[in-house]
Amino acid sequence: MSDILSAPYVFEYTYTRSTGPVVGRFLESLRYGVLEGVKTADGRVLCPPLEYDESGDATLDDFVQLRPAGTVQSWTWVSEPLASHPLDRPFAFALIQIDGADNAMLHVVDAGDAKRMKTGMRVRLRWRDDREGNIRDIACFEPVLPYLPSPVHIEYDVKPGKHYTAYLRGLEEGKFIGGRDPESGKVYVPPRAADPVTGNPTSEYVEVTDVGVLTTFAIIRIPFEGQKLKPPYCFGAIVLDGADMPIYHLISGVPYDQIRMGMRVKAKWKPKDEWETSLENILYFEPTGEPDEPFENYKEHL
Amino acid sequence: MRDVAIVSFAQLPSVRVSETTDEAELVQPVTSEAMRQVGITQDDIGFTCSGSSDYVRGLAFSFVAAVDGLKAWPPIRESHVEMDGAFALYECWVRLLHGDIDTALVFSFGKSSLAPVPEMLNVQNDPYYVQPLGLDSISAAALQAQVMIDSGQATERDFAEVAARSRKHAVDNPNAQVKGDFSVDEILEEPTISSPLRKSFCSPISDSAAAVVLAAGDRAKELTKRPAWIRGIDHRTEPHSLGQRSLAESPSTKLAGEKAGVGKGKVDIAELHAPFAHQEIILRNALGLGDDVTVNPSGGALAANSLMTAGLLRFGEAASRIMSGDADRAVAHATNGVCLQHNLVAVLEGE
Repeated sequence: MSDILSAPYVFEYTYTRSTGPVVGRFLESLRYGVLEGVKTADGRVLCPPLEYDESGDATLDDFVQLRPAGTVQSWTWVSEPLASHPLDRPFAFALIQIDGADNAMLHVVDAGDAKRMKTGMRVRLRWRDDREGNIRDIACFEPVLPYLPSPVHIEYDVKPGKHYTAYLRGLEEGKFIGGRDPESGKVYVPPRAADPVTGNPTSEYVEVTDVGVLTTFAIIRIPFEGQKLKPPYCFGAIVLDGADMPIYHLISGVPYDQIRMGMRVKAKWKPKDEWETSLENILYFEPTGEPDEPFENYKEHL
Repeated sequence: MRDVAIVSFAQLPSVRVSETTDEAELVQPVTSEAMRQVGITQDDIGFTCSGSSDYVRGLAFSFVAAVDGLKAWPPIRESHVEMDGAFALYECWVRLLHGDIDTALVFSFGKSSLAPVPEMLNVQNDPYYVQPLGLDSISAAALQAQVMIDSGQATERDFAEVAARSRKHAVDNPNAQVKGDFSVDEILEEPTISSPLRKSFCSPISDSAAAVVLAAGDRAKELTKRPAWIRGIDHRTEPHSLGQRSLAESPSTKLAGEKAGVGKGKVDIAELHAPFAHQEIILRNALGLGDDVTVNPSGGALAANSLMTAGLLRFGEAASRIMSGDADRAVAHATNGVCLQHNLVAVLEGE
């Protein structure tokens, strides 16, 4: 068949079309960003408007302005757009019943993902900026989501107070500072203004070690809004040696199924040149390898 | 009313690309073969009518060139419809009812391989509201299929079963293009083109041509032993706008089927022109065809879809089963337009 010739061939008609009083008015209104329907003799509204309804009756010279929004009656997801399609990214063709109209308009929905398309979904019209009085003056429709963005943003100036300042200053230097009540002898890390049992001021600052016992823990497997770490990860309560109250930090450096209550753990510090005034100077707590603490020794801290 | 019958039928095998055929080359083999089968020539034909579309070939007035595939000297009575050849058959049937002639030749040709078919078919859409949006034929049909799913009338598996059955039937059809054992589960694994339509839910692109000879009354009996009598035939059209139609039903097919008398007797086989799998389900429902009716024993349009010829092929395939005695009563259907806008239904019977 090599002797059969083949060549590209383009077929075009440079026609213009008269639009008439009904279609012409609709298209001209689009130029001004106005969406109109036309009334039928039996009281319905057609959008896009037609000269005659399906019964053959002429529509009335009575146009109504409609909300530029509607409901999807059917749709098809086009994952690989053709050159002749209005959008160059995946989109849906849809039959859209404009609010207040009784027929449906064919147009496209810029939904980003087929999963966002559903028959019955609400869509709003997006106008094109440079309008010319044709159906493409409607750039597309886009999904209307039943949510209102409602962010809160308030800028505070945090002053941690005397005791917490002492604690944070300690962390700057790689130390844990606690506050001791001279009467009860209890040491609280971080320090607090008073021993909640005696009501006495915790007037003495003492340094405690960065080694302690894991009293309890949780393994987080569920993702949630604002999460900084990728699940799964372990969060634990650690009572440092010499302290009487747990601090809370990540537990790592050990398979999750081997984490247990009573495990001896030690802080894993960041390199010193990365230290700031923060508990984040510690990456996580990891096992020391020492024998577990007997339950009796830490049960009062649970 | 005169009795009119299909007395012969010829077709070119449907192929993806027929490299050697212009209009005359496509037409001449099928028209001459259809006439040869009943021992007549163009001089014996009272009226000739063809169906084709210039957009398929990308050539204005291409049907004029097709006449060169006939013997048109001395001048013949000739007409053309810019539609499927089945609608040319309908015009011939009407013409034979005039009573002054006894024979008619119908032909159609579709060299679909030259055009980007789904995009090209956008030219049949409304030029004000739809054409500028580039609605290709697969996306238009997909909107219809989604309505069927949303309304609970069919599932994607139902579509896949139609596709698999059609290609299985086509194994016995030497003129079919896509045939074989297709697994329903594998079809459902295909990616969607325009959701929910997958490749196997769509017809192939085919080049072919077909011709049918019609004859009235005693002339039909002279020409062939067992004519396929057209007992009823009706063509109905719906509004054009997709936004004003019940897409998951086909009221025009239902009405045409009633007028043609489909329900007046047992139907042995039906050849339904469904370029998309879901459309066969719509047509079957509209015509009230039960599970006892063999639908598309040829494989239908899902096995070979030469544009403007696939409908006439349905009439030819149905008639040949009557003429061979394999069926006593058959339904033939052809469609044109977007999402089954036009529908032509006929009932064919043996003696």
